[in-house]
This record gives sequence, structure tokens and C-alpha cells, in this order.
Amino acid sequence: MSEARLLIRGGRVVDPSQELDAEMDVLINGDRIEAVGPNLEAKGAEVLEVKGLVVAPGFIDLHAHLRDPGQEWKEDIGSGSRAAAAGGYTTILCMPNTSPPLDEAARIAYVLRRAQDAAMVRVLPVGAISRGLEGQHLAEMGDMHCAGAVAFSDDGKPVADAGLMRRALEYATAWDTFIIAHAEEPALAAHGVMHEGAVSGRLGLRGIPAAAEAVMVARDLMLAEMTGGRLHLAHLSTRESVRWLEQYRSRGVAVTAEVTPHHLVLTDEEVARTGFDTNTKVNPPLRSPEHRECLRRALAEGIIDAVATDHAPHHPDDKDVEYDWAAFGVIGMETAFPVLYTHLVQAGILSLARLVEALTWGPARVLRRHLGSLRPGWPADVVVVDLKQERTVDPDAFYSKGRNCPFAGWELRGWPRYTISAGRLVFADGQIL
Amino acid sequence: MPLKSHDVLALEEMDAEDIRLILDTADSLKEIMFRAIKKVPTLRGKTVVTLFYEPSTRTRTSFELAAKYMSADTVSISTTTSSIQKGETLRDTVRTLEAMGADLVVMRHPVSGSCHYLARCLDAPVINAGDGMHEHPTQGLLDLFTIRERKGRLEGLTVAIVGDILHSRVARSDIWGLLKMGARVRVAGPPTLLPPGLEDVGVRVCRTVEEALQDADVVQVLRIQRERQRGGYFPSVREYAKFFGVNAARLGLAKPDVLLMHPGPMNRGVEITSDIADGPRAVIREQVTNGVAVRMALLYLLLGGREE
Repeated sequence: MSEARLLIRGGRVVDPSQELDAEMDVLINGDRIEAVGPNLEAKGAEVLEVKGLVVAPGFIDLHAHLRDPGQEWKEDIGSGSRAAAAGGYTTILCMPNTSPPLDEAARIAYVLRRAQDAAMVRVLPVGAISRGLEGQHLAEMGDMHCAGAVAFSDDGKPVADAGLMRRALEYATAWDTFIIAHAEEPALAAHGVMHEGAVSGRLGLRGIPAAAEAVMVARDLMLAEMTGGRLHLAHLSTRESVRWLEQYRSRGVAVTAEVTPHHLVLTDEEVARTGFDTNTKVNPPLRSPEHRECLRRALAEGIIDAVATDHAPHHPDDKDVEYDWAAFGVIGMETAFPVLYTHLVQAGILSLARLVEALTWGPARVLRRHLGSLRPGWPADVVVVDLKQERTVDPDAFYSKGRNCPFAGWELRGWPRYTISAGRLVFADGQIL
Repeated sequence: MPLKSHDVLALEEMDAEDIRLILDTADSLKEIMFRAIKKVPTLRGKTVVTLFYEPSTRTRTSFELAAKYMSADTVSISTTTSSIQKGETLRDTVRTLEAMGADLVVMRHPVSGSCHYLARCLDAPVINAGDGMHEHPTQGLLDLFTIRERKGRLEGLTVAIVGDILHSRVARSDIWGLLKMGARVRVAGPPTLLPPGLEDVGVRVCRTVEEALQDADVVQVLRIQRERQRGGYFPSVREYAKFFGVNAARLGLAKPDVLLMHPGPMNRGVEITSDIADGPRAVIREQVTNGVAVRMALLYLLLGGREE
């Protein structure tokens, strides 16, 4: 079998899974990595010169909303995957709160079939925990697992019923799969639109207290310990959540966690600064600076495993309204790396290696899949980033259908230059190929 | 000297100089209301639209009279009479009004921040007539005006605001306006109805109404909405009146020349007792009169009218 070979030559290879950070070549054969090392011989291989650029495993996003099926005017599997490729992502998990929701095997199969036809990158569907995302009865998790669902979540809504969450965690152990928790106590979050604190007090916006998340994180951690089920905490936003996570993880409970770029970079003050711009409205809400500092520390120290975008595209009609009536959520895949590189790595808060790890090997370990590493024999998913390239964020230039980006107009450095998905160059110099 | 801001959205965003300019202008315009013929031609040919997404009697009437006394034309639109009920967006509604030649839009809206949003959609100036729980800057200004007129100053006075601070746009505007003009502000109310962060901006949060009223120069009593009881913020209206209502005994703790204020409409016997509401310390009717003067001043300053 002769497959196309591609030599990515002379870049700075940053692969935290192998603790690599040095000038090296990466050789791809077909859809697999063949070798990584200095001055590789590769006769007949196509060559991509990347001197001065960073070469890393393709990024993995544990949390994206692709809106397909049902809300294709907001995003679809094709456009979402192009946004992913443009952001350096080669694997994305799509959440089941579509319309209809991904709550049975046929719908999981639909996503995978659409992905095969239209996607530039690997799309891994997440199935619903409950039928219809209604929080009442378990969905057919086993069937969905066999059809290709990689995890289960009612994301977008909390699982309010502790009994249902307990059963979900228990039942999931039969297939060694895991539960992604959107931790939010509805009675505390009720009608809130931003973080409850001094800024919400000033602006007269209804608050969502930090405790609305933390009490559910605590509950789910206790249930994970009790059942032995694997729990992944989505979009952590509070200091107390981090403390509970740290405590249960140190006791050996199988728990992982993610944090979004917007929670790492923005605070609730952004709502006031922008004069109630609805692109500051997200759930969980942007928190106050002390929470953000804690999230940064937790990510730097590895208490939080992964950065995930919670990419939530909306049509402008859903955002161009009064604050209370605007949809929650922002898009994130096309800006995640430059936002975090500029505001955390260049600011000295996070090392480049740790950032890359949180986008690659960290989420790969959450998934327990052979992804997020440049080891020989593993999938040839690679991103090449230009740390020096500076550009202004222009939502109109996004591949996503969403324009709901809180970073519009920001000057950022560190833009993905090439994205290689399963050995195929899918994004180069700003263009989807 | 013109106002620095293009719109009047929030007293948090206004500086003392602009506030003083508005109060001084209101001072000189107030006498128009007491003329035999209450009309000056200052804003002739200007169109003021009042757009109310919430019911209101006094604020809306106050704006309309202010505009009419200055000879501006007024158009009022409310949720029950327009295409708002057909599901038209705010952006489309105001663009339509602008296309028809509105020179200034006064809006009341149930969602905090809506006037900021409106100001982004519109070239014409916007006056916030109350946005959700955020601010009610013209009420704040008329309260400042009333206090200044009676006391001769704002600086150094102690003002107690009593009641549901959390949901009150009046409280927020009063607090910013008073602090910027050098007054001291105390608040008291059920702990469930006090927003976070008050101390951070320099407000003294009192544990009891008595503590707040002790030696106060001014007492502003806020309306308590009965739906807050259904929302679980306090157990009963009876208990609210007992612990947080302002009555003669509590008002007696304040300075003898205290001003008793209420932005209206009052729930007599709940947050305020009738004897003091109708008593010699109350300036509640003056607040209403001054509201017209302050709104005349704002229309004049924002529409750039010339005195003749």
C-alpha cells in the first residue's frame, strides 16, 4: 500500500503527550503519523516548510454546539467543522441539544453520516442523558454508544433530578463511557442573566450566583464517588467548583473538567464595559475576577484538564435584542488559541506547553482515545501555529455561521496557519481547502 | 455650555458637572410652569417620542407636559397600542420612528440595559425613563433637585433610602446621583432585597430602618411591589410594614427638618404611613412638580434649543 507522505519540516514541535518541545520534523504517512524527530529522511514525500512556526497535535474541543439537525441557520456540521479547522481543531464533540435532540441511535448515526459527507475534521457526537433532554427518563445510552456516541450529557440544561443523575452515572459504567455535567441548580439560577455580584447589583440585571454551579458540582462529585461512574464537568466557572473538584480528584474519584476561553479571559465587568452587549451573555455567566484567577490557576496546575470552547453559534436575530431576551452563548473555535496565547501565555500566566496540553493531550485523556499526540501510528492530526502573526478579530470573516463573538475587534497573536486532519491539509493560510 | 453626553442613560455614567448643569437649567425653567400661559417656543418643530413598554402614569405625563410646555410635538407609543404586540423588535420599532423624523426618544422598558441598546440603534438622543431594575435617571435628577431646592445643597447631607433596593431603578439612580454630588447614602430594607456590592461604591448598608433614619437629613421611601412577596423575598406585607415600613415613630429618629420623599405611587400603610405621607415633612408632591422642570431641562439641553 503506497500512501501519500507529508514531511512537516523544521518547526518547533510542541507535543506535551511526549514532553516534546524542540525543533523537529513530523512525517505523516496517509492518515497516520509515521515519525517525529530531527532531520527526518523522507524521500519522495511532499514537504511543508514551517521554520519559525509551532507544530502541535491538532486541537480537541470537548464542547461544541453544531445546531445540526434543526437549527441549520445558526450552524451546521459542515460550517461548524470548517470553523473548527480554521481554529486548529481536528476533533470536536458536538452536544445533543439539537432539534430534535440526539437522544437515540438513529440521530447519532445521522450526525456521523453528515460528518462523513460534510465535515473537515473528526466530529464525535455526545448523546443525551435523558429522552428529549427532559430530565425524566434515561435515553437509550447503550444503543447510542454502539452507534458512536462518545459521552452523554443534557448540556444546555442541568440534570435537576439527583436520582436521574445517579442512574446515568451508574448505567454509563456498563459501556465504560462518561457523563458530561452542566452543573447548575435551577432554583438558584432562576431567571438570572449574569453573574450575581457587585456588577449585577450595579446594572440591575438578575444574577446567577456562583453557588448555583458549585452545589451541583458537589452533588455530582458525590454521586460519581458513590456510583463509580466517570464524570466530566463542563465549563467550570467558579472558585468553589474548583475546590470541590480538587478535593474529590485527590480522593481518586474519576472526574475531569474543562474551562472555556471566555471564562479564562473575561469577567462580569465586561457586561458593564460594553454597555450591556449581549455577546457577554453566556451560561454559566462570566464571573468576577477572583473566580477567573482561580480558573487560571487550576488550568495552569492541571486541576482542570482541558480548555473547551462551548462554541454556541446563534443567529444575529437571537442576540440583537434586549439583554434579558438574548440567547445565551458565544462562538469560540476560531479564536480560542489566539485569545489564550495572547492573554494567558504572552501575559505569563500559562506556559505554551500547558496551553497546548489543555487543547490536545488533556482532552484526549478525558476521552481515553488515541488522539491529541504525535506518536508514531496515531492519527495524523496536526496544527501549525504562527505565534508572531497578529490580526484583528473580524467576526464577518469567520467560517462559523455565528457572529456572536465577544472578542470582535481584539488584536490577537498566535493564529493557526495550517490544519491537517487525518493526514489531509484542510486549512492553510487563512483558507479552508 | 452643552451636556457632555449625547443621551441620558444612567447617572452612573454622568459626572457632577453635567448633573449640576441639568439642575441649574431646571431651576431657571421651573417658573414657566407657574406662568398664566405655560408655553415657551423653545422646542418648536421638534418631535419627542415617548415609547413605553411598561405602564406608567406620572413619568410619561411628566415628559409629555415638559415637551408641550417647550412647544415640542409629542407622540406616545405604548405596548397596548402599537405593533410592538405584533412581535416587532425594538430595533425595527425605533428605526421606524426615526425614519418618521423623531428628534428624541424617551423610553421605559422592563429589561435592564435596553436604553443602552436603543442608543446604539439610534442616532437621535435617548432618555431613559426607567430600564428594568437598572436606572431611572430622570427620577434621580428630580430627587436631587428637590433636595437641593429645599436644603440649599447636596454636599454633606445624609440620605436614607428605605425598601426594595434590589429591584429599584430609582434607588440606583438616587445612589449614583447623591454620591457624585457629595451626599452620604445609607440604605435599609429586608436583606433579601439588598443587592450585592453596595458598600463597594460607598453606600452604608444598615441592619435596621431605625439605624438608617437616625439623624438623616432626607428619607426616600421606595415602593414595595406586592409581587415580591409572591417571589419569596419577604413573608407577608404585614411583616414588611412592621419591620421595614416608615412611620411617625421611625421618622422621629431623623433630624427635625428631615425631608420625606417617595417616588410614587405609594402603598399607604405598607412602606409609608398616611400620617407622615400627608404630613409637614413630606415633599412628595414637590417631587412631581420638579420632575416636569427637570425633564424640561433635559429636553432643552439634548435638543439644543435656544432661549428666546
